[in-house]
Amino acid sequence: MLTISAELRSKIIAHVTADHPDEACGVIAGPAGSDQPERFIPMLNAERSPTFYRFDSLEQLRVWREMEDRDEEPVVIYHSHTATEAYPSRTDISYASEPGAHYVLVSTADPDQPQFRSFRILDGAVTEEDVTFEPE
Amino acid sequence: MAIDVRIPTILRTYTGGAKSVEGSGSTLAELIADLDGRFDGLGDRLMDDAGLRRFINVYLNDEDVRFIGGLAAPVADGDTVTVLPAVAGGAH
Repeated sequence: MLTISAELRSKIIAHVTADHPDEACGVIAGPAGSDQPERFIPMLNAERSPTFYRFDSLEQLRVWREMEDRDEEPVVIYHSHTATEAYPSRTDISYASEPGAHYVLVSTADPDQPQFRSFRILDGAVTEEDVTFEPE
Repeated sequence: MAIDVRIPTILRTYTGGAKSVEGSGSTLAELIADLDGRFDGLGDRLMDDAGLRRFINVYLNDEDVRFIGGLAAPVADGDTVTVLPAVAGGAH
């Protein structure tokens, strides 16, 4: 189960909509062990591609170090699919490397109706989970 | 010679849970060989037949080793080497 504020959901949707038709990506950090997403960190998609994303390696180092300094962890790792469904692809699964994270997929294939779904990806297995949006 | 090596969450199974370990070597290649000798299997997660694995980021202090010589990058006492699996994916 992912519990996330409506405000953070809006920020994710705004980011992925703005970057469409390229895939967009980012992190929401939260206090280590809390499972609470709090701090929105949109990331550059270094691939700038409609079908692939990758965090810029130096930006990732900076953000990961900052989270460590703040005693945070990546609670949500989000990215968009711009023409396909909001479901982890084979590459999403093979590169998932944060076992504690909620992997949020947003599909911008339909511009009027972005699809927002969340998954756990552990040892190559995908499990969809419910999302609860907390009011502001 | 002690080089501080920061280990990402998914590779801590190789280091008995340790977030950081010490290693030695004069180049990144030697450091990885040293680590693999003590943490069996770790080398294979960092390298394949072609060299450093494409979707693992390795940093020497504040630099991505891809830009400073890769496996040949010189390392020295007091350096920090950080390993972070790339965050990536796509539509297919």
